[in-house]
Amino acid sequence: MSELLTSPLFGIALTLLIYRLAELLYRRTGFILFNPVAVSIVSIILLLKLCHIPYQDYNNGGRMILFLLGPSVVALAVPLYQRRQEILKRKLPILLGIVAGALSSIVSAAGITWLLGGSHRVVLSLVPKSVTTPIAIGISAKIGGIVPLTAALVVLTGCLGAICGPEFCRLVGIRSRAALGLAVGTASHGIGTARLLGEDRFAGAIAGLAIGLNGLATALIVPLLWLLFGG
Amino acid sequence: MLQGMVLLLVFQFIGEGLSALLALPIPGNVIGMALMLLALSVGWVKLEWLQEAAELLLSYMAMFFVPAGVGVMLYFDLISREWLPIVAGTVISTFVVMAVTGWTEKLLDKHGESES
Repeated sequence: MSELLTSPLFGIALTLLIYRLAELLYRRTGFILFNPVAVSIVSIILLLKLCHIPYQDYNNGGRMILFLLGPSVVALAVPLYQRRQEILKRKLPILLGIVAGALSSIVSAAGITWLLGGSHRVVLSLVPKSVTTPIAIGISAKIGGIVPLTAALVVLTGCLGAICGPEFCRLVGIRSRAALGLAVGTASHGIGTARLLGEDRFAGAIAGLAIGLNGLATALIVPLLWLLFGG
Repeated sequence: MLQGMVLLLVFQFIGEGLSALLALPIPGNVIGMALMLLALSVGWVKLEWLQEAAELLLSYMAMFFVPAGVGVMLYFDLISREWLPIVAGTVISTFVVMAVTGWTEKLLDKHGESES
């Protein structure tokens, strides 16, 4: 029995099953809080805790699913290529939007956490929270953050953007598909992008572009700020 | 389908290799995406070759994040110790970034709405 739980089959089957159910729940209810990624994560955590199954056992299969994220990021080149004309037409607004977003992310995340009494390393861990996981982890390690905390907050940020990003954007007057995609992709990386891809290919493609460019912008801006205001 | 998968993995491999060799701050898969975009634009790779595989991966991309999210369970103690600054910082900042990015793009974009 224990071999069955430690084999990759367990983590893969569980993730696919729960995600499928979460997707059905979302489609039936249309309730934005029932975002399939967020519901799946919460359900699997509860299940593992209740059955006393260690995360490592689940992750034997989990990491194989996570592996597919790599080629998926490369695959984002397809919608980008299909929409290249519309993107090139907007290169300046897109680039400046991302730089403004990256700066506001670093300053607001660190600033709010610091004001509310977060400890030094926790403040640093929040700095790259809007950036896609592999880049965020690298930045966190470089500036002395707590790497696993950064990884957890990147996922939290992503779920937040996927749950209510587009709704929030419309509420504050961001309605054009380019602006919406850029806002959601810059703030909530791949998880927010994944939701957009399911609803609107153009906004999703712009969000995919924003994942890479915001990662790049943050990776360049943070060391610069570090030199200027050094910790 | 298989052809597309091979192309995606080969480009990711090259991207990871470049990222490691040149010690770039950008992850290999993002470099792979840029190289694939270049190859499509120049015509080395035809869209039809990878469209099927790319569509399949992109339609399930959200699911691939689930195992990373489940990893949060290892750090509940850490998060519960300073939950207020952590949660408030993350949540408020996420909305700030969306507003700033979206407004900046809206302000500078003179092209209006794109057709679908």
